[in-house]
Amino acid sequence: MIISIASGKGGTGKTTVAVNLALSLKDAQYMDCDVEEPNGHLFLKPQIEDSISVGIPVPEVDKSRCTYCGECVRVCEFNAIVVIKQKVLIFPELCHGCGGCSYICPVGAIEEVEREIGIIEKGKAGNIEFVHGILNVGEPMAPPLIRTEKRFINNHKTVIIDSSPGTSCPVVQAVKGSDFCLLVTEPTPFGLNDLKLAVEMVRKLGIPLGLLINCSDIGDRKVWQYCETEKIPILLEIPADRRIAEAYSRGIPLLEELPENKKRFQELYYEIEKEGRRRENEATDCNQW
Amino acid sequence: MKQLTVISGKGGTGKTTITAAFAALAQNHVMADGDVDAADLHLILTPHIKRGKEFYGGRAPSLDKDKCDQCGICMEVCRFDAIHNFTRDPISCEGCGLCMHACPTGAIKMGEKLSGYWFISDTRFGPMVHARLGIAEENSGKLVTLVRQQARLIAEDENKDLIIIDGPPGIGCPVIAALTGVTLVLAVTEPTLSGIHDLERVLDVAKHFNVPAMVCVNKCDINPENTRKIEDYCQDKNIEVVGEIPYDPVVTKAMVERQALVEYDSGIVAEIIKKMWEKIEAKLQDGLKG
Ligand code: SF4
Ligand code: SF4
Repeated sequence: MIISIASGKGGTGKTTVAVNLALSLKDAQYMDCDVEEPNGHLFLKPQIEDSISVGIPVPEVDKSRCTYCGECVRVCEFNAIVVIKQKVLIFPELCHGCGGCSYICPVGAIEEVEREIGIIEKGKAGNIEFVHGILNVGEPMAPPLIRTEKRFINNHKTVIIDSSPGTSCPVVQAVKGSDFCLLVTEPTPFGLNDLKLAVEMVRKLGIPLGLLINCSDIGDRKVWQYCETEKIPILLEIPADRRIAEAYSRGIPLLEELPENKKRFQELYYEIEKEGRRRENEATDCNQW
Repeated sequence: MKQLTVISGKGGTGKTTITAAFAALAQNHVMADGDVDAADLHLILTPHIKRGKEFYGGRAPSLDKDKCDQCGICMEVCRFDAIHNFTRDPISCEGCGLCMHACPTGAIKMGEKLSGYWFISDTRFGPMVHARLGIAEENSGKLVTLVRQQARLIAEDENKDLIIIDGPPGIGCPVIAALTGVTLVLAVTEPTLSGIHDLERVLDVAKHFNVPAMVCVNKCDINPENTRKIEDYCQDKNIEVVGEIPYDPVVTKAMVERQALVEYDSGIVAEIIKKMWEKIEAKLQDGLKG
C-alpha cells in the first residue's frame, strides 16, 4: 500500500506525521519527495548506502553540422533554444528534456547530454527503508527528480510518501499513484483555505483521502464543519503540545520522545487501510485529451 | 523602486503573518502575493477585486479523433508516458508538443491552456496583486513573474515606492521567480533542525541570485539553543537577524479574526514586528540596488 502525506500548506506537521507513521509500522519504506526541502532524514537519521545522480537530457549542438535553420527553435515549447545569426544558444534550466529538438533537427546536429538536477539517496533507518531526493540549489525542475525517485518504490512494503506543501506540479507528482492520501492540517483560516485546495487536488487525482488535524485545539472549528459537509473522514486529532514542538525542534521523532503515541499511529494506519479499501471502487479515471 | 520579498524555505513559519503585518505598517506600497499555489494573504487583507484576468501558462495538445489513424507514434515518442490507449493524462503531460510534431496525420494540435487567474484589488492597506493557479497546473514561476510585473506597473502608475511580495515556500521555480532582482529578501524561519536546514538552502538561493538577505526567527523560544545556532550561522555569513519573535497564541487569534497582527494587538509580538519593520525599511532605503 502506498500512502502519501500532503498538506496544502507547509508547517502543519506533515513530516512529523509521515516519519512517525513510518516508525509505528513494521515494514515501512519512507520516501521523502519534498525534494526542495527534504527534512525526514533529520528525524530518521538514516544510514545512507547509495547515492544516485539524477539528470535530464538536454540538447547539445554540433556546430559543424548545424545549418541554423531554426527548426529546433520552432518546436521547443519552453523557449530553451534560441538561434541568433550563426549561433545556437541553449538555456538548460528551461529545458524539459522532451527531445523534440533532436527529433526534429533535419541534419541530426543535436545530441542529448545529461544535466544533473539533483540526487537520490537510499539507505536504512532501523527497519525502515529510506529514500529521499535532493534538488540542486537554483534548480527549477523538481518533478523529473520526483518521478525518478518514485521508481524506487518497494511494493513489498508499506510506502509512506512525504510530499512538498502546496498543490502544484511537484506535489501532484508525489501524490499521484498512491492508494491513499492523508492530508494534514491545522484548524486555522490558513489551514482551512489550503486544505480545500489540497482536497480538490487529491479528488482530481481520484485518490481516497482522509484528514489528520494537528494542533487541534488552536484556532476555530471551521475545519470540522467543512469535513462534515464534504464527508471527509477525520482519522486523528493531535492537540498542540509544547513537548512535541520542542522534540521536533531538536530533530527527535515524536514516538521516541512520547512513545505512548505509537498506538495512536498504528490505529491511524488501520483506519487508513480501512478507508482505502472502502473507497477503492470509487476511484475515478482522469484521463482525457 | 524597492522590492522586498518575504520567503521561508519551508511553509508555515509565519511568513504570511509577518507579510500582512508589514502591509499594515508600510507606507505608499503595493502588495503582491507570490504564493500562487496556496495564496493566504487575501485571508487577512480581504481584497476587493477590481479586475480579474485569465492566466494562460502554457499549451496543451488536443486530438482530432477523426484524423487519428491509431498508429501509436505519439505514444512512442512521448517521453513523459502521458499517452495510453489514445487518451492523454493531462497530469503527466509536459505540453512539449512532440506528439503533435510526430503525428503523421496531423491529428494533434496544440492550444492555449487556461492555468489560473490573477487579480488586481484594493485593500485597506492599498493596492494588491494576487493570483490563483489552477490545481496541478504548471508554470507557477511564470504566474509569479506576472504578478510581480503587474505590481510594478501599479507602483509606477500610482507613484508607490515599494513592493512587498509574499513569497512561496521551497527553493524551486516559483521562489526563484519571486526573488530575482528584488532589493532585499527577508527569510522567516523557526528554530528547529528542519528550519535551520531549509534556511540554509533558501539563503543559498538568494545568494545564488545575488539578492541581499535578512533573517527573522519566529517562535524563537521553542528552542533557544537552535535560535543561537541560527544567529551564529547568520553572523558567519554576514546576514543580519532583524527580529526574534516568541511563540504567542495571539498570532493565531489575530489570524482567526482576519486581522494583521499589529492591528489586532499591541503586545510584545506586535512591538517586535514594528521594530523589525523599522530596520528593514532603513535597510531598503540604505543605498541598496534597485
Ligand atoms: S529537449 Fe525539448 S525542452 Fe529541451 S531544448 Fe529540446 S525541445 Fe526544448
Ligand atoms: S505534449 Fe509532450 S508530454 Fe504531452 S502528450 Fe504530447 S509528447 Fe507527451
